[in-house]
Amino acid sequence: MTRDDAILDERRAQVLRNGADGPAMACGKTSAAGSVSQRACVFCGSRVVLYPIADAVHLVHGPVGCAVYTWDIRGALSSGPQLHRNSFCTDLQETDVIHGGEKKLTRCLRELVTTYRPNAAFVYSTCIAGIIGDDIGAVCRKATAEYGIPVIPVMSEGFKGTKKDGYRAACEALASLIGTGDTTGISPHSINILGEFNIAGETWIIRDYLTAMGINVVATMTGDGRVPDIRRAHGAKLNLVQCSGSMVHLAKEMESRYGIPFKRVSYFGIEDMSQALYDVAEFFGDAPMLRRAQELVHRELTALLPALRDYRRDLTGRRAAIYVGGAFKAFSLVRALRHLGMQTVVVGSQTGNADDYRQLKELCDPGTIIVDDSNPVELAAFVREKGVDLFIGGVKERPIAYKLGIGFCDHNHERKRALAGFVGMLNFAREVHATVTSPVWNYVPRRRRLQEAV
Amino acid sequence: MALLRHTNQPAVERQALTINPAKTCQPVGALYAALGVHNCLPHSHGSQGCCSYHRSVLTRHYKEPVMAATSSFTEGSSVFGGQSNLLAAIENIFTLYAPDIIAVHTTCLSETIGDDIPQIAAKAQNEGKIPAGKFVIHANTPSYVGSHVTGFANMTKSLVSYFAEKGPAKLRTVNVVPGWVEPADMREIKRIAALMGVEIILFPDTSDVLDAPQIGKHEFYPRGGVTVQALRKTGSSQATIALGPTASGSAALELEKKCEVEATMLELPIGLRATDAFIDALRRIAGVEVPQALKDERGRLMDVITDMHQYFYGKRVALWGDPDQLVSLAGFLADVDMQPVYTVTGTPGRAFEERLTRVLAGRVPGVRMRQGAQADMFLLHQWIKEQAVDLLVGNTYGKYIARDENIPLVRHGFPILDRVGHAYFPSVGYLGGIRMLEKILQALQDKQDRDCPEEAVELVM
Repeated sequence: MTRDDAILDERRAQVLRNGADGPAMACGKTSAAGSVSQRACVFCGSRVVLYPIADAVHLVHGPVGCAVYTWDIRGALSSGPQLHRNSFCTDLQETDVIHGGEKKLTRCLRELVTTYRPNAAFVYSTCIAGIIGDDIGAVCRKATAEYGIPVIPVMSEGFKGTKKDGYRAACEALASLIGTGDTTGISPHSINILGEFNIAGETWIIRDYLTAMGINVVATMTGDGRVPDIRRAHGAKLNLVQCSGSMVHLAKEMESRYGIPFKRVSYFGIEDMSQALYDVAEFFGDAPMLRRAQELVHRELTALLPALRDYRRDLTGRRAAIYVGGAFKAFSLVRALRHLGMQTVVVGSQTGNADDYRQLKELCDPGTIIVDDSNPVELAAFVREKGVDLFIGGVKERPIAYKLGIGFCDHNHERKRALAGFVGMLNFAREVHATVTSPVWNYVPRRRRLQEAV
Repeated sequence: MALLRHTNQPAVERQALTINPAKTCQPVGALYAALGVHNCLPHSHGSQGCCSYHRSVLTRHYKEPVMAATSSFTEGSSVFGGQSNLLAAIENIFTLYAPDIIAVHTTCLSETIGDDIPQIAAKAQNEGKIPAGKFVIHANTPSYVGSHVTGFANMTKSLVSYFAEKGPAKLRTVNVVPGWVEPADMREIKRIAALMGVEIILFPDTSDVLDAPQIGKHEFYPRGGVTVQALRKTGSSQATIALGPTASGSAALELEKKCEVEATMLELPIGLRATDAFIDALRRIAGVEVPQALKDERGRLMDVITDMHQYFYGKRVALWGDPDQLVSLAGFLADVDMQPVYTVTGTPGRAFEERLTRVLAGRVPGVRMRQGAQADMFLLHQWIKEQAVDLLVGNTYGKYIARDENIPLVRHGFPILDRVGHAYFPSVGYLGGIRMLEKILQALQDKQDRDCPEEAVELVM
């Protein structure tokens, strides 16, 4: 097999080799029919964004599968209610498909509200709800009036675009909540945290840093999120937006509606985390706050850098492949891996845009393979070609990496240790070290072949 | 504080809402069944999300790569039909992934817009998109009908409809449809048949597919799976044994109808009596003797039961999951003197309650069972709140109840998302029975060791 045989012709424009001449990355395309794509759908995008709001009920209006596959699959931690960890579903049946599902949805909402007394309800539309033409908006408006809580439709029919469109639908649902709460008592040094989902408690880490700098965090969207906080989010002076695609739309919306500026940040890796804190301090133009930020960074790095040294010694020269949902995360990962002495030789995302890929080209070394919306056959071929020691990806990539005899780090839903913040950098180093230097690779055929080749 | 702290109130009958389902949708079952065919690529005819979710949940359960393609529906396809997507998919798949078979299953979306898969496949054939000797097969699996178990049944039945041929003469083979069980269970069924000297055709067969060895590369099609050649021969076999009517019944009946191969409906061979029935059916159909090795295995299971029965007496158990699994498990638990008092399955079908009632044969006073709508984990939790149980047996979704109520949980069924290794050990057969009992007793006694007063801790139990 020649090295690019694994690539479908119509996908060639979505793979580039850094430094080689060629056209710009073609991205934002729907996946080729018949490809074993690693991507999900609109509904998935909406569901992952909203699900961490822990004092709301999340009702899936559709078949049971859509509800089951999104039932508590991300460790989005809540410090209080655990309502979001339940799976609520209208479980549409054939008769509902024939006669319409609005009545069933209405009854489900009644049963939900009387059982749980939530602060809000999100109702997710699915492929089937869209196709049979249920007027979810109308049902939600009636329920809002009847129960006195916001019942918010999320227009997330699976076929209506890509996961990114699902993020957008989620942002629109959030936008309908924002602006409905009382903003009195919010400090002039106040922010919202957007695009942070509190996987393994990461929102708490960021929140602690910001609080230590003297900042009042109004709402976190959506990690450890609460409806009353979100309703008054328009009282904050700044939005901090993490994660490439998921919440920039909301930040822009809040900017135009309420004049709240936003900053795109990443909390992953030393430079990006520090920069995020400095950006905030700079925004408020408050000298004591900047000093507190500098002290915090100094304190954290004094502990972190010596702790990283041993990991770096073992990992220097090792090679990594990255395949993540959003490209923004990939930037941070490339930089963080450099801190560990590792080189990124393959990098890709499910949802990156042209600008993201331009930035990746600048950031990565010559020869790095950069890919949009990849699939297992391609990824396996790239990884073999580049002799990779570590794969960073999500649930579907893990077993492929293991089959190839390569270490793996989950930087997606299933990370179990916080990887954000300074402490997260240490956790990341530990996790990478654990898998890359595991003795198990001494016994797998790939490593034996490599050793024999020496 | 309890994770399911809201369950506390008195049980209110729900009419519409499902809370924490005890089932999932049809397509994932069709996908799992298709993985049990050699060189077959499952294909989801619907939105990208469906396929992504199914691959993710199967990967989380089996800790293996799961390959499947998707038609990647867009708004356009949902208006104009998915024909062009499927045609393009068929062409792309045979070009790039070179399977012998594409096994298409439908989704709620493609069913509702009315895509006719055989018609589209015929068009692909006419346009030369299907290479010679390759196949496109299909099963209808709308997500708003049945459950993952019926999806498995539908695709398994399709294997018969597409491939089984009634040959000129009967072969010695016996068909066995194993139902939705672990790869290790399928391997164990093959081992038992081999011990008896019975040549079986097991389909589908996910052993050596979803428990593939580490060989330093990713095999897109692992070496396991039933072959097309073997599927053809099923039409000339002596008989078909369907293990579990819900998952396997329709394939066996289809063989009877299409090729006049007699169908024998059995419960899944979990536990002593269900395994006896399976082995006896094999013996009878193939006209063989049960070998001493297998009689010894049975004897060892009997011995374990006698050693353990003192600990099992009267223990109340709650079960959830798939009908075939539940009927056999409940029967086995009752056979060892436990009380499987509560059973729920989201998979609809009244026959389940009749089968369960029959297998329990009045041995469990106060038994409660529910299938279909609102037969979910919330209902089960409400029952447990009313009167507690000593043990939970079911998939990962029971872990919230286990923690909140401090009840030991033995993981069994699909999906198991929070443990590794379950796909490697069978629960079927006599050995599987020993393993189940060992797990159960260990769970009960671990709890006793952990929770009993200090002075009551016993070294010898």
